[in-house]
Parts: sequence; structure tokens; C-alpha cells
Amino acid sequence: MNRFEYERAGTVAAAVASGRSDGAAFLAGGTNLLDLMKGNLVRPARLVDISRLPGLDRIEFLPDGGVRVGALVRNSALAHDVKFATNFPAVAEALLSGASAQLRNAATVAGNVMQRTRCPYFYDAASACNKRDPGAGCDARGGHSRLQAVLGWSAHCIATHPSDFCVALVAFDAVVEIEGPAGRREVALEAFYLLPGDTPERETVLAPGELIVAIRLPAQAAAFAGHARYLKIRDRTSYAFAVVSAAAGLRIAAGRIAAARLAFGGVAAKPWRAREAEAALLNREPGRASFAEAAALALRDARPSGENGFKIELARRLAVRAFERAAAGGSPLLAPLPASVVNLA
Amino acid sequence: MSHDVTLTINGIRRDVTLDDPRVTLLDLLRERLDLTGTKKGCDRGQCGACTVILDGRRVNSCLALALSCADAEVLTIEGLARGDQLHPVQAAFIESDAFQCGFCTPGQIMSAVGLMMEGQAGDDAERVREAMSGNLCRCGAYAGITRAVLLAQARMQENARTGEAA
Repeated sequence: MNRFEYERAGTVAAAVASGRSDGAAFLAGGTNLLDLMKGNLVRPARLVDISRLPGLDRIEFLPDGGVRVGALVRNSALAHDVKFATNFPAVAEALLSGASAQLRNAATVAGNVMQRTRCPYFYDAASACNKRDPGAGCDARGGHSRLQAVLGWSAHCIATHPSDFCVALVAFDAVVEIEGPAGRREVALEAFYLLPGDTPERETVLAPGELIVAIRLPAQAAAFAGHARYLKIRDRTSYAFAVVSAAAGLRIAAGRIAAARLAFGGVAAKPWRAREAEAALLNREPGRASFAEAAALALRDARPSGENGFKIELARRLAVRAFERAAAGGSPLLAPLPASVVNLA
Repeated sequence: MSHDVTLTINGIRRDVTLDDPRVTLLDLLRERLDLTGTKKGCDRGQCGACTVILDGRRVNSCLALALSCADAEVLTIEGLARGDQLHPVQAAFIESDAFQCGFCTPGQIMSAVGLMMEGQAGDDAERVREAMSGNLCRCGAYAGITRAVLLAQARMQENARTGEAA
């Protein structure tokens, strides 16, 4: 780990001012940043500790039925908030399926949004990586590709976004509230992330000094509460990143689908929203046939970035199962293994 | 530039001056305060050997900067027993054959204590395994660990019901 200057920010304005300086990084839960620093993969000159900023650790249920989650709310605190888990069950389920209890207790919701890829070549300082060192090349190409992308990748980078939480957030139209040197702005989480193209080192729309202060879910997200699931395929039962995951939601009226939501994790550099599939389900009867058609549409543009063509079929099947579980209803929070297909009858 | 930091560790206030901001909570405990019960396994948040209770929540102390923990309350394995009287989780680990080499055990025990504070395990072995998945045991004592957590939890609930101190 490199040596750095440490400062604790007392206000959001002070954090933004310090965060603008060259080589500055914001420190909150630290679960990803310190890990990256220990590997000498990230070498900030200054750590601006925002973990005690006042007012950012609250969950506010809005009068219109939406929710505003402060940036510093811990992953576990949000997942175990009964009202949140009742209104946004797939989001809570996604949170509980990520990392370990210790990490969920330390990690903040905005830190979850900001976490970096777990591409093994990004994490290995001896490997070429265009994210760490633009222009260096990508050793992931032709390498171990089980966790790499099948959608939206480029010749320069095939890494995936590792979050579970963000997949459910993107499915249900979450918005990120940002404070920065130029003031406050809001960005849909789906548009917050950038695909790699030829600049894989640029991962989000954030400018230097910009700080996430809250994440909002709109009232319409809660309208899916009775029919919303997050399912995650991983290489062991617990405490593993997704090979493929899917967040699915349905609104069903008079036996037909009035609205659908679908997003995938583990398939792209960002949580992958499948709007075409959602549109194809409108006015259809919920069932395997309509779900399979939608899932096929969702993966239509997918192609392997290595020896990972199996993920395309896996994602299709997982989308069908996630919609089937969503249609069946019931609370996923009763399941002993959050988001696991093992819970399925 | 040195930094002064005050923490309460196992109920005792500790004032520390750090000449290096890189010191983690784990290294502060082990190297500066001689509290070596908390173990360093992977040092990257993957194994759980360094688990402590920080302000009421179990966390990996290897992934927390000591400076960031200023004014916090920390509970470590050294703070569990009351003199010679073991904490119910410690006693249950011994009774349930829940360790072999013992290296991961302080982290396992602190994680189990944290789990009970969270109140999410119920009496379901599957939930206990899921909730304890952040603690690796290379000896593979998982069956005993799960039994120990369930046993300790049942006893602590019984103690709470009958009004005995845990």
C-alpha cells in the first residue's frame, strides 16, 4: 500500500472540495478500496474519509411511495430494514446475496455502486489491463473467462460489474443523487455506468470531486413488490460473485402482465437492463412460453468474449426462472439462502 | 504527520498516536496493543479470521483503517469471557468440537457473537451456515461450528428468558 494523506471531511462541501484534488479518493466502508490499495492496484495520494458525514446514513421513505437511501447506509442495514425489504424485496434479496455478513456490515450502499470489477487480470498487477494502465492491453482476452462479459464488451476490456445490489437497482429504475463542484445532479443508475469501448478506464459518469450522496428508488418500483425476485448463479452456495444473476419484476392485472422489469448481473461492465424483453411481455399471460420469448430477446445481442458462451444460455434460463418465481409471488426473504436457486421447489 | 486516535476496546479507553495512516484496525490491535487473539489470515477480507465487533457490528478488521475507527467501540475475543467464565459461544465451541488447529476460531466466535446480535439466524442450520460464510476454516470444522452456534444461541435465548446473565 502506498503512503497517503488522510483527512476526515466534516461536510459534503468540504469532501467535494478535497475530492477534486489530484489523486484523491473518497473512503467510506473501505471494503473494496483498502483491498485494492493493499494490492497496489489503486494508489491514492489522499484519502478523504467521508464515513462520518452527517445526514447521509438515513433511509427516508418518501410521501409518494419511493425511498431515498443515504450514501452511507450500510448494505446490511438497508437489507434488514423491514419496510424497505417489504416494498423492494428483490433489492433486499440482492443485497443479502452479496459478499459476507462482515462485508455487508461495513460496506455502504454508495460504495457498492462504486466498487470495481473483480476481473482477475485487473486484480493481478503483473497482468496487462487497460483499466489500470490505458493502452497496456488486456490479458483477460484469451484468458480465464468464466466471469467475463458476454454483452457490451470491447476488444479493450471484457470485465464485468460485480454488484448484486446494483442489478436490482437498475431493474427498478434507481436514480443516483450526486453533489459536485458544479452543484447537485441526478443520473439514472443505468446511465451512470459506461461501457468500456476504447476507454475502459472510464467506468462512470462521475467527474473529479463528485460524490454520491443518495440513491433513490421511485414509487413505481414498489408497485412490483408482490412479484419481484433476484436470482444468482454462483460457483459456491454463499459468498461468491455471480456467474450470472437476474432481477425480475412483474405487475400482473387481470391475468396479464401490466409491466415487467428485467436486468442481468455478471454479463457486462454494467448491470444490464433488458428493455426489449420487458416490452415483449406487456399484455401477455405470465408463463414459461412468454418468459422464454422475452429471455431470448434479452440475450439476442450477446456473444462470448472467450470460453464463456455457456453464460448466454445460462442467463436465458435464469431470466425464465426469475420471472417464474416473480409470477409465483411470496416473500423471498423467508428463504434461508438469499437469491439461491437451491431454494426453488 | 502523526494522528491521535482514541478507541474503546473491550470497555477500556485507549489513546494511540499513529505515525502512519496505513495502519489497519487489525494491525493496531495486534502490533500496537498486544491484543493478538484477533488473527491475520488473508488480510484482504476473504477469510474472516480478523472478525471483531465494531460499534455493534461484526466486520473484517483488516479492511478498516484504524484512523477511520476513531471514537469507536471495539469488542475482540479478549473481551468476551468474564474472568474464568467463558462466553456461551466460547463454551459451545469447546463442547461441540468446533475447531481443530484453532487459527480461525477467534474470528468464528466473534462472527457468531455478531450474528446473535443481529438476530437473523433463527434456529435453522442452513441460515447459520449462510450467515457464517464469511469465516473460512481450513480444517473443515464447519459441522461442529454450526452445532456450536445453534447450541450457544439456544442457551443464550434460554438465559434471556429466565433472566440469567449470559
